[in-house]
Amino acid sequence: MEEIQRYLEPYANVIVVGCGTCSTAVQTGGEKQVMEMADRLRGKWFVTTTIVEAPCDERLSRRAWRKIQKQFLKEGKEIDALLVLGCGAGIQTLAEVADIPCIPGLNTHFLGKVERLGLYYERCRACGNCHLGETGGICPVTRCPKDLMNGPCGGMIDGKCEVGGYVRDCAWYLIWTRLRKFHRLDQFRKIRPPRQFGLEAYPRGIDAIPTHRLNRKTPVMGPAETEEYILKAIKDAKETKAQESSKISK
Amino acid sequence: MVKAHSELMKRIQSGKFVFTGELEPLKTTDLSEVITEAKLLKGYVEACNVTDNPASNVTVSSLVAAYLIQKEAGIETVYQLRCSDRNRIALTSDLLGAAALGIKNILALTGDHTLLGDMPNAKPVFDLDSALLTGMIRRMVEEGKDLNGLDIKGPRPKFNIGVAANPNSNPIEPEIWKVIRKVENGADFVQTQVCFDIEKTIEFLRMFKIFEVPVLIGIFPMKSYGVAAQFDKFVPGVSVPKDLLTKFKQVKSKAKSKEERRKMYDKINLEFFTPFITELMKSGLSAGCHVMSVHYQEIVPKLFREMGLTKALIPEAVIPETVIPEAIIPVVS
Repeated sequence: MEEIQRYLEPYANVIVVGCGTCSTAVQTGGEKQVMEMADRLRGKWFVTTTIVEAPCDERLSRRAWRKIQKQFLKEGKEIDALLVLGCGAGIQTLAEVADIPCIPGLNTHFLGKVERLGLYYERCRACGNCHLGETGGICPVTRCPKDLMNGPCGGMIDGKCEVGGYVRDCAWYLIWTRLRKFHRLDQFRKIRPPRQFGLEAYPRGIDAIPTHRLNRKTPVMGPAETEEYILKAIKDAKETKAQESSKISK
Repeated sequence: MVKAHSELMKRIQSGKFVFTGELEPLKTTDLSEVITEAKLLKGYVEACNVTDNPASNVTVSSLVAAYLIQKEAGIETVYQLRCSDRNRIALTSDLLGAAALGIKNILALTGDHTLLGDMPNAKPVFDLDSALLTGMIRRMVEEGKDLNGLDIKGPRPKFNIGVAANPNSNPIEPEIWKVIRKVENGADFVQTQVCFDIEKTIEFLRMFKIFEVPVLIGIFPMKSYGVAAQFDKFVPGVSVPKDLLTKFKQVKSKAKSKEERRKMYDKINLEFFTPFITELMKSGLSAGCHVMSVHYQEIVPKLFREMGLTKALIPEAVIPETVIPEAIIPVVS
């Protein structure tokens, strides 16, 4: 919460954006959580709330952003920043669509999969330690092939990346352009500490129902079974080898 | 002013225009060739960089090569260290080893991506980046502590830390911010990527002047058209000027014999780099020149003659502080 408040410090009008899909399902960015978050921020910030059906889907994000803009324009209000209670992919999709700072409200630990349609881009590596709030809503952990945390490397040419033949944009070039636009170059200049890989040790999980996990038994193989298995494997290997050599001799 | 641990740093601080060279060990177990190259440079350059798996192509360990060059050729080395292949544990351990072997200069690099090299399927590490590596070494030198603040036993390592910069970078602003970060984290000197455009170089030096960190400008005399063309094509971030490349290309058709061709190549290099270095010296903005004449060291004495410079007087053989038992180090003859 302190981290969020620090990120929101320079702004006055904030929209708390929830995610109507996964974050609602895992109860981290559903309607209830969005309201809770808004209540905690009220007093210091002018807070409005909204739920985007699926912020990671660019079409839905774009539609939602247009709607928000229209509504605010009608009421004559300004929007300074979005606080997104969604995964890193959702925050970054919104950041690409909406031309204002997008601040992560959650630390994304891992992602589910989407099995649809044709174009997908990796935006979030679920590192468990979100930096998007100070990198202009662009993730260097995902979009820099070297995961660099402190600016572009010597492989950045005309804003392009050395990996893949200067086709992709350099993540740090994008971060720089975006932060400069928002007059937040202080964030660009900041020396970021080494990454905390300890937070990324896998496999990760959410034990929302601990008893469920406890009830699951770890499969055990008895010693006799093990010995039998090894013997069989050796026998199989011998047979295959014999078959192969007979093939060669033929 | 930063404390000078190395002869190179002392020379830079004395205000003299210094030269550094570059040596590239190969994928080999025999280092005699690179030691012979180092001997050619002796007296002309203050120190030699020893590359660490350049462009992610595998070569013999740069630490071992740097140590043997210091020992056998008696020339101080700048040990290049990349983040591409080592995590913070390996980096710290190699640095401690380097200190034990009497190496005094480190060039802290991020390194090219592993995809660009000859083992593209290797796992890229990039645990730290060059700015963080610089900070880590600074902490080892200043406080005698590792990255996590744990004590290093015995004497503190004595390093002067160099970092890289690319004046050719476009746009230049994020690159400048990046180098500033390295300087803030404790870099002692800067060696730049290869420069060809003197105006661009001077502009970079002007922008960089306020940080009062000595900058050595990288130049690259090219042995042949093939080398020039390959450099132009494969080295990220730099391109050889078109007219220079054409001049190199013409040599092939003009020259009759091998010797004549050699002479013409030398001439083109001397004609291009003599005014470049002279201009650089005149500007007073650069601490020196980093000559990356890899496998073409014979050009360095010629360049000195052309510019009317005398051989620098460099103290004989650098003696490592800790003497390693002879038995464990193979003698290269």
